[in-house]
Amino acid sequence: MTEQAKEQEWPLWEVFIRSKAGLDHKHCGSVHASDSEMAMEAARDVYTRRSEGISIWVVPSNAITASKPEDKESLFEPADDKIYRHPTFYDIPKGAGKM
Amino acid sequence: MTELSKQDALVHYAAQIGDNGLIIGHRMAEWCFRAPSIEMEMALMNCALDMIGQSRELYSYAAEAEGAGKTEDDFAYRRDEKDFRNNLLTEVPNGDWGDTIVRLFFMSAYNKLFYAALAGSSDSQLAAIGAKSLKEVTYHLRFSSEWLIRLGDGTEESHERAQKSVDSLWTYTGELFTMTDAENRLLKDGISVDVAALKADWNEIIEQVLKQATLTVPADGWAQTGGKAEGIHTEYFGYIIADMQYMQRRYPGCEW
Repeated sequence: MTEQAKEQEWPLWEVFIRSKAGLDHKHCGSVHASDSEMAMEAARDVYTRRSEGISIWVVPSNAITASKPEDKESLFEPADDKIYRHPTFYDIPKGAGKM
Repeated sequence: MTELSKQDALVHYAAQIGDNGLIIGHRMAEWCFRAPSIEMEMALMNCALDMIGQSRELYSYAAEAEGAGKTEDDFAYRRDEKDFRNNLLTEVPNGDWGDTIVRLFFMSAYNKLFYAALAGSSDSQLAAIGAKSLKEVTYHLRFSSEWLIRLGDGTEESHERAQKSVDSLWTYTGELFTMTDAENRLLKDGISVDVAALKADWNEIIEQVLKQATLTVPADGWAQTGGKAEGIHTEYFGYIIADMQYMQRRYPGCEW
């Protein structure tokens, strides 16, 4: 694709949908649209055709800062051997009863 | 001229509203695989399916009111050109994206007012269809309005082309507010919608959106009519039903 064609493309938006009251919005995909209102309509038309949602968020994709896949080892692996961070690591004293 | 019986008028009326949905739905569906982006394609197909769904309910009701053992398919696939009483606006070709959006906008603005009024019909089945359809066409109006605002208030070229679409389709809008014999017959029982009375509200929606789109509202002039009242269509119509009815004409009664 030429640089000019790239510039003329609509920006990308990430779509988050809440499936029912009380649940979180979940990321479900992305759409191309010229602005937020059009992105909202595109998200409705593409991702809620089968009653998947009751609320939609759209966020410009470039507003999201994402961790880099190559940082995975340094970011996440150090947590793997810190089992004492899980409550299940600890024995509950008998006197505490059921928690 | 003898007056239409209430039953005949009801069959005619339900089918006539259904014809609008089927024909514009078919036109919109012609964009399948041809829309500018996957998002727009799905948006148009959603609209098309809403409108074809509306026509199915109306044809089924027309068949029931007639009581001659017909089904919705008889109305869609086994009638001739002259029997279809859609507004001419629904059958003109899609043209470019701007034409498609403007047609959908004109029609959705009308449908929104029409179905809102139909929801108050004294006929409970028509009232139920009106209430359900109103939610669908409210979205069609939102979608087409937002697009038209961006086309009109977009680039120099999109503005110019959107204005051209508005101007060229305007001549088909007058027919929306004409009353047929069936409509007049059912009006006194509170069954049909007085569409002539919708014109002022329709103008208001059109003016408000076109203003936001920096487009000019054309002056009302001579209007194209004949589809709704007499089944006299544009030259484009025959191709629509040739395409749509091919299977039933070639293999009568085929099912799949």
